[in-house]
Amino acid sequence: MMDSIDFDKKEFKDLLDSIHFIYGYDFTDYSEASLRRRVEHFMISRKIDDLTFLGRTLAKDERFFAEFVLEMSVTVTTMFRDPAFYKSIRDHVVQRLATYPFIKIWVAGCATGQEVYSLAILLEEEGLLSRSIIYATDINQKSLQIAKEGVYSIDNLKEYTLNYQKAGGAKSFSEYYKAKYNHVMFDKSLKQNIVFSPHNLAVDQSFNEFQLIICRNVLIYFKQSLQNKVFDLFYESLCPFGFLGLGNKESLLFSDKKKHFDEIDKKEKIFMKKKHIS
Amino acid sequence: MNKNWKYGAVVIGVSAGGLNAVSFILKKLPVDYKFPIIIIQHRNTEQRDLLEVILQEKSKMKLKQADEKEKIKGGIVYIAPPDYHLLIENDHTFSLSSDVRVKFSRPSIDVLFESASYVYKEKLVGIILTGANSDGSDGTIRISKNGGVTVAQNPDEAEFPFMPQAAISTGYVKHVFSLAEIQKYLLKINQE
Repeated sequence: MMDSIDFDKKEFKDLLDSIHFIYGYDFTDYSEASLRRRVEHFMISRKIDDLTFLGRTLAKDERFFAEFVLEMSVTVTTMFRDPAFYKSIRDHVVQRLATYPFIKIWVAGCATGQEVYSLAILLEEEGLLSRSIIYATDINQKSLQIAKEGVYSIDNLKEYTLNYQKAGGAKSFSEYYKAKYNHVMFDKSLKQNIVFSPHNLAVDQSFNEFQLIICRNVLIYFKQSLQNKVFDLFYESLCPFGFLGLGNKESLLFSDKKKHFDEIDKKEKIFMKKKHIS
Repeated sequence: MNKNWKYGAVVIGVSAGGLNAVSFILKKLPVDYKFPIIIIQHRNTEQRDLLEVILQEKSKMKLKQADEKEKIKGGIVYIAPPDYHLLIENDHTFSLSSDVRVKFSRPSIDVLFESASYVYKEKLVGIILTGANSDGSDGTIRISKNGGVTVAQNPDEAEFPFMPQAAISTGYVKHVFSLAEIQKYLLKINQE
């Protein structure tokens, strides 16, 4: 692709429309620039240099399409990503969660699960994990499988440990995993209260009521219209005074739902659903 | 963006040694500079907005970290946030991505340049300054192929010559300029 010119705008739109029509996956409301980049990347790796040809192949080959979908979602993540966010959850959210007899949490767009385990560790340390249930969802089945296994490359362990400490972790991080060969496996007890399940924010509905929803670095890939739709979904899925945690550069600022939330931590993007709408 | 203007935006990629180079270029640009200036500076992820504070002191133009969905306006210097790729959408708004690093970099110059080139085509000026890796060279090729203007800092005067040299080596750089010449060039296109 690097040697040819850019995608034709209409051909790209036709590709997304036909994918939506044939498979029900709706990418038309995704931010186009990074989606285009991922499509380009997919084409280079499969040695395809023509959008129309890509569209035709996707349409007739379901397995090829499955590979394509996996590569359309960004799965980059880490344990205690943005440690200050988790520190703020500890400082501002945990106490309120503790007032519920049973705590329901949704981690939407959990990718390979590192942030889910981070949350489980945090809840464990605050004495809340045993009465919590975390629903961890993602559109990408392959990522979900990795998340379920909870086995990660040892290469990132140093970063994980450092982030854990910065996030206010007081124990030795090594208590939470077993290292074997080149991998670390997180303790099974952390998994007991996590339910991993596929969910597509672009098309699927609410499935429960939660006291906390965490959705970080997912909305940046959506256009405003789809962001608004997802904020509506989160609003419906939160109990009164329920919390919403977003990514570092994500905000309710441009959304229709802005006035229905209070800002709990402006910098770390933690919001609370208001009880009544004035 | 005014349709009659020759250019729509200036994108700058800079890595090691960037603070001095960027300050030098910005300090002469007037507060009402016509075009938006969008900068990728490879940076530490810990300091979330220190760079903006430092650079604002050197710049007459308003300077800010680029926000997701923000409308791009002339007269403003935008800096990519740490640890996110910065991209430009067809409607001249920013979008962000935390996708894998490109050439060990996030934000990556290539990612910005390629998406900016898609939108602005021949109305884009892309500048590569001092740096110690080859990020930006693929983006430079793309800008040039789409008819935009490509500039690299003269490696002889760059604090770290590797990055501008890598861009020049692609054969797609139109002007090799000193910092003073880049400054002059940016003032000149503001008058056109």
